[in-house]
Amino acid sequence: MLAMPRKDVVLFLGFAAVVLAMPIWLQPFGAAYPDLLNRFAIFAIFAVGFNILFGLTGYLSFGHAAFFGVGSYAAVWSFKLLSMDALPALVFAIVVSGLFALAIGFLSLRRSGIYFSILTLAFAQMSYNLAYSVFTPITNGETGLQLSLNDSRVLDRMFSEPGPGLPSPTLLGTPLSGYVAFYFCAFFLIATFFIAQRVTGSPFGMMLKGIKSNQTRMNYTGVNTRPYTLAAFVISGMYAGLAGALLAITDPLAGAERMQWTASGEVVLMTILGGAGTLVGPVIGAWLIKYFENIFSAINDGILTQFWGFLPDGAQHTAVLISSKFVGEGWFLTLGLVFVLIVVFLPGGVMEGVRRIAALFRPNKPTPASAGTTASKPHPAE
Amino acid sequence: MSLPNVVLHVADVHKRFGGLHALADIDLQVEEGQTHAIIGPNGAGKSTLLNVIIGKLAPSSGQVVFEGTVLTGRKPYQINQLGIARVFQTPEIFADLSVLHNVMIPALAKRDGAFKLSMLRSLEHEHAVRAEAEHMLHDVGMHSAREDHAGSLSRGDKRRMELAMCLIQHPRLLLLDEPTAGMSRHDTNTTIELLKKIKSRGMTKVIIEHDMHVVFSLADKISVLAQGRIIADGTPDQVRGNPKVQEAYLGGTA
Repeated sequence: MLAMPRKDVVLFLGFAAVVLAMPIWLQPFGAAYPDLLNRFAIFAIFAVGFNILFGLTGYLSFGHAAFFGVGSYAAVWSFKLLSMDALPALVFAIVVSGLFALAIGFLSLRRSGIYFSILTLAFAQMSYNLAYSVFTPITNGETGLQLSLNDSRVLDRMFSEPGPGLPSPTLLGTPLSGYVAFYFCAFFLIATFFIAQRVTGSPFGMMLKGIKSNQTRMNYTGVNTRPYTLAAFVISGMYAGLAGALLAITDPLAGAERMQWTASGEVVLMTILGGAGTLVGPVIGAWLIKYFENIFSAINDGILTQFWGFLPDGAQHTAVLISSKFVGEGWFLTLGLVFVLIVVFLPGGVMEGVRRIAALFRPNKPTPASAGTTASKPHPAE
Repeated sequence: MSLPNVVLHVADVHKRFGGLHALADIDLQVEEGQTHAIIGPNGAGKSTLLNVIIGKLAPSSGQVVFEGTVLTGRKPYQINQLGIARVFQTPEIFADLSVLHNVMIPALAKRDGAFKLSMLRSLEHEHAVRAEAEHMLHDVGMHSAREDHAGSLSRGDKRRMELAMCLIQHPRLLLLDEPTAGMSRHDTNTTIELLKKIKSRGMTKVIIEHDMHVVFSLADKISVLAQGRIIADGTPDQVRGNPKVQEAYLGGTA
């Protein structure tokens, strides 16, 4: 029953190998340190989940950061009330974000296209603002939800006395820090990729693609589209919750800024940049954005002066002045420009670029329709 | 002699849009296995009638009954699940998907019903559905195009594929809305051939058409609509000879 077509098995094994070897092949890029690697894995999970909704059904949600934030809060609450172990935190976060997605999806999916996007955006901003105001007892407002010495941690207390200082998250007794934390996140990235692959290749996934392609025909084909889109919405909300929980596990605090619309926009960018509708694309998009965010935002004027050192004094000064607008705090300008270029010239994202290059090497082989057509339209469903 | 089995009964349907009486006192009985054509000049109410049958428009009064079930008030997917498939004036297809997948989706919808969370099995391993879809594509002469991108097909091939998408569900009633509209003579003729072929399967069909050539090649029975009323009803020969029809629509030339 769980048999997979051969090419899927190859893709999965290749993907797993690439993820597990990240600490090695990212060395030359200066990105092979656990903190950044964790982010690569976590945001890849977020994007893969987002793609199940946006890439397959075409419904563009602008509020997925809400589920990410809810996952973080739920995980930290599990640390505070139950145990510092990561597993109950993950289960709790996935369940809570799933229920949250069910409620928001149920209401938002009554509309499609731009109205759907606006509804999700409204719900997410509402969650963000409530986290700062009404829900302060749950979210601890602007300070963010943190661990404290007098948390109850019922499960942990049953087995051992609390030690001095704040505890840190563990997995069945092993502390989750450094590369252990990365491989913990990597395991979930590989597992969620596998699930996304199964969903995409299943009859259910085919129905979602049908909804994206032509909702009218879907209705006249006897398909009730609402539960299909709702299922996709909840699944992707659970992915976001899982990602949010993992972020809380690697750094046990949760703040409302994780739910802001810029965070929702970021996952949209990741998915489109990499290639919506493809399996690998969102992962690549997440990695690229997180990598450049780290590299570009770390560049300061000193580094730029050195970089333009070969220019005469006056020109050097101008070059530093101009390029400094694109780095550091201004790295979003670079991101924006890259995004514009991709959408204009490569609407299918990085994956379309890869396909075009691949096609150059075998010019006589027309690509079959099923290979990557779902990627070519970054439009919301009609 | 037993009475013919009525599959679809449009009973005393009226439809008003504001002051316009788009459909007045429509009473139509479609018998099992027959191809029933509805013809009429532009603006006669043909499309309105079809939309009332399919549940897209609610009638102002009256109702539509399919095999004892009232269709009025049901959603399109529910009406399809009862056994009614529809071909659109402009083919409604999954342009982003391959021809084979276009035909597999309706087969899955027929097998699994309106909603099923089937994520465990891979589509590649749905051998029965795949075989059925390939067989259907053979039937309509599109098997060699099964891996093609549906959006890149010619108008005639899109229609042919759309028919395959309907037929794979083995509907008990097939509704065709101007199946040859906008087609070249060649595509029109191949579509007529195909419709004749499926006629021999004994499926009940309602066809809304404009093109007399198509109507007289296919229909067992014709209802003529003019200004929202049925002005004549009968076999093609009866209708052709009816002076009222000639006056309203055929202009004496047919």
